Amino acid sequence: METEILARIQFAFTVGFHYIYPPLSIGLGLILVLFESLYLKTKNEDYHQLARFWTKIFAITFGIGVATGIVMEFEFGTNWATYSRFVGDIFGSALAAEGIFAFALESGFLGILLFGWNRVPKWVHLVSTIGVFLGSMFSAVWIVVANSWQQTPAGFHIVGKGFSARAEITDFWQMVFNPSSVDRLTHTWIGAFLAGSFLVLSVHAYYILKGKHLDISKKAFKIALFVATFFSLAQLFTGHKSADGVAKNQPAKLAAMEGHYVKNAPADLYLFGWVNQNTQKVNGLRIKGGLSFLVHQDFNKKIIGLNHFPKDEQPSQVNAVFQFYHLMVLIGMTLIGLTVLSLFYLVKGNLYEKKWLLRIFVFSAILPQLANQFGWFTAEMGRQPWVVYGLLRTDQAFSQAVSANQILFSLILFFFVYLLLFLLFIYMLNKKIKHGISDLEDKSKLSLNAKYE
Amino acid sequence: METLLGLDYPTLWFLVVGGLFAGYAILDGFDFGAGAWHLFLKKEESRRIALNAIGPVWDGNEVWLVIGGGALFAGFPIMYATFFSSMYIPFMLFLVFIIFRAISIEFRSKEKMLWWRKMWDISYSVSSIALAFLLGVVLGNVLQGIAIGEKLTYSGSGFFEFLNPFALLVGFTSLFLFMTHGAIYLILKTEGRLFAKMTKLLKKSYFLFLLFFILMSVYTFVFIPHLAAIFKSKLYLIIVPILTILSIANVPRLTNKHAYGWAFFFSSLTIALLMVLVAFGLYPNLLYSTIDQKYSLTIYNSAASIKSLKIMMIIVAIGTPLVLGYTIFVYKTFSGKVKLDETSY
Ligand code: HDD
Ligand code: HEM
Ligand code: HEM
Repeated sequence: METEILARIQFAFTVGFHYIYPPLSIGLGLILVLFESLYLKTKNEDYHQLARFWTKIFAITFGIGVATGIVMEFEFGTNWATYSRFVGDIFGSALAAEGIFAFALESGFLGILLFGWNRVPKWVHLVSTIGVFLGSMFSAVWIVVANSWQQTPAGFHIVGKGFSARAEITDFWQMVFNPSSVDRLTHTWIGAFLAGSFLVLSVHAYYILKGKHLDISKKAFKIALFVATFFSLAQLFTGHKSADGVAKNQPAKLAAMEGHYVKNAPADLYLFGWVNQNTQKVNGLRIKGGLSFLVHQDFNKKIIGLNHFPKDEQPSQVNAVFQFYHLMVLIGMTLIGLTVLSLFYLVKGNLYEKKWLLRIFVFSAILPQLANQFGWFTAEMGRQPWVVYGLLRTDQAFSQAVSANQILFSLILFFFVYLLLFLLFIYMLNKKIKHGISDLEDKSKLSLNAKYE
Repeated sequence: METLLGLDYPTLWFLVVGGLFAGYAILDGFDFGAGAWHLFLKKEESRRIALNAIGPVWDGNEVWLVIGGGALFAGFPIMYATFFSSMYIPFMLFLVFIIFRAISIEFRSKEKMLWWRKMWDISYSVSSIALAFLLGVVLGNVLQGIAIGEKLTYSGSGFFEFLNPFALLVGFTSLFLFMTHGAIYLILKTEGRLFAKMTKLLKKSYFLFLLFFILMSVYTFVFIPHLAAIFKSKLYLIIVPILTILSIANVPRLTNKHAYGWAFFFSSLTIALLMVLVAFGLYPNLLYSTIDQKYSLTIYNSAASIKSLKIMMIIVAIGTPLVLGYTIFVYKTFSGKVKLDETSY
């Protein structure tokens, strides 16, 4: 029991930390491609400066993303041995495809993206930037496919019994396009684009407020605003599609997301609320029959409630799932409001005079980050008590050979290493932003002949 | 069982995984080696040049580990699960050091302060050394076998059981092998005093490598009967160690003739041949059980399904030319001696 809890905490902690960086890398990748293409097209030096500046920040997020990602890959074997044996046949091919098609592309071209400015023709550099960006998009494909298979398994059969039972692949494409893959992939991608574009918005809003790099920042802000507006709106659709999928494939998760206990009854939609797991009641502001309407376009249609499932097949943290889900949606709505309003002012021509709005943007980078985290928590905690939905329980999936002490040791170790990583990340980010855009020469080079004895 | 080119699928996948790990050892091997020498370089310029010698490529090299790990998970999930959970502590340490290496490279030159640079230099070099050593330690445990009992689980005990004499010997051998390999790489990428210094240091690591290689070989024949038996029963296999020794011997010969490119080729070949030796030592086992041979993991009892292996062979067949293509392109772009510019670390 103790081992299980520790393994879960460690996994949640390491994957949650990892997931700060990939969305930034993917999202900034998109922005870099845009800036650099504009530079090649217009020959305007401003876009060159922007591309160079954001490349430096990209380098930091990417570096930490890679370092923390390797931890995740090994953790499956070290902490979730039984799970790995069970899903290896299926999960493995997705992970192998990810390595070969995505990570190799990404990391191969990264060298040219970062160090090749003076070595290759401009168009080759742009191709490399696109290579890195596509690589990061593909890596999201395979990991999300693998995770979606856990949520909605397909294209497999079970071989063996008891301890040696495992899922074997019967149809590769059915496995890849399992019922939730496409919805969740588009939702995750867009979450990443939002994370990247909002970071750009927030940094350039800061410059505009400070009166620094004004012209260049307005250009950047505008581009990022287009990206952010478009994807904030799109996220509503992909999110809705995901919810529809959950209603179909994981009714227990849907019920937990809205705290809907009653076996089979019309379900309400809460704007916010608090689930009391003992009384099985939700206190909050609701639209009567709203969930029924969203799922079936009919306020009176019945929806399966949590009590339809045996006690030990219900998610144990219903309130947490509820809160994370509602916070994600709330953030989604906020992002739409912010971007649409700003676009309106932009068209009217007085966006940059709205100091209060720019001030909000300075802090807005945190919002998509939080939504991304909350989204995963909803998806993963809502899936409990299953690791592989309906097939393998979490409490059977962890490594038998590993003791609670060993995990505690590694958990503490990672806690401190990640704390250090996070502080360094913030420090460097802050430094690069404070330092500003134009001056390329600065690498804070030490005079070359310093000596270390 | 179905075959392709006369080999069954688990055997083919064994070759794929072996090839990936050999590629990883050759590529990240020179990064570790270069990092291990870092503190021996005393001038800021030398350190920066050495760092930038691996600058554009180390991250791509590391991907071979990611792919190798993925391939092991995919092809031999039982091995992946059992072995990784048995070697919990060394793997966790390995992960921490791989993080520290990455961030040291990333952050070292981003501040002017001397203490800052010194601190990251130490962390970079220590991590590189530790990684080279831990790879050897893990390999040593694989070769020697571990205590796998019933239900595929490890029944060894103790936090530090992975640090046994044989594993330590393999650890030092791999450390000095990578240092030799890394020294040649740095020689290729540098000029002037740094170049001269590395040609001297190369000799030291080469000597230490030979020493530990001999010790390790002797230890194997005396104390690890199941490995010795393989080479006794199939005498023709002796050709592999002989080739390895010829290949190692070529390294100083070629450096004396200033044929550094070829010397690098032969240090890479040595690593590859050692991996071939490992492969022969294991096949068809993946992990030898020191409790009872019947619990050993073989390529057959721990493989994924044939269907899955076939799919992955297709993935590998499509992916490999792509990966080779852009790897060659990247190395070409950054070939020649290191020149620092404003994008450098
Ligand atoms: C939506 C995307 C996404 C998600 C959900 C994850 N990752 Fe990740 N991962 C990436 C997107 C990504 C990325 C964008 O490709 C990288 C490269 C740089 C970065 O910042 O993140 C990355 C890096 C990265 C690396 C290093 C690759 C390299 O060397 O280039 C590994 C091994 C993993 N990840 C493995 C995992 C595992 C096992 C996950 C699940 C538990 C996981 N990632 C979740
Ligand atoms: C594909 C293999 C994966 C496995 C085996 C897996 C397994 C698990 C397990 C066992 C937990 C603990 C659940 C709990 O404590 O309630 C968990 C939590 C979590 N996972 Fe996953 N997961 C996988 C992929 C992912 C991915 C790709 C992400 C996204 C980055 C992710 C994000 C999370 C988050 C945020 C949590 C915390 C939720 C919680 O504590 O309940 N997981 N996962
Ligand atoms: C606007 C309203 C939104 C709705 C209705 C919505 C809906 C959902 C649903 C139902 C899930 C669970 C899917 C599953 O378990 O299969 C989910 C997960 C997730 N959401 Fe949202 N979401 C919204 C906004 C956002 C925003 C703005 C972001 C990030 C910027 C985001 C990021 C995520 C992530 C990363 C996941 C986990 C991955 C996944 O399961 O797809 N969501 N969302």
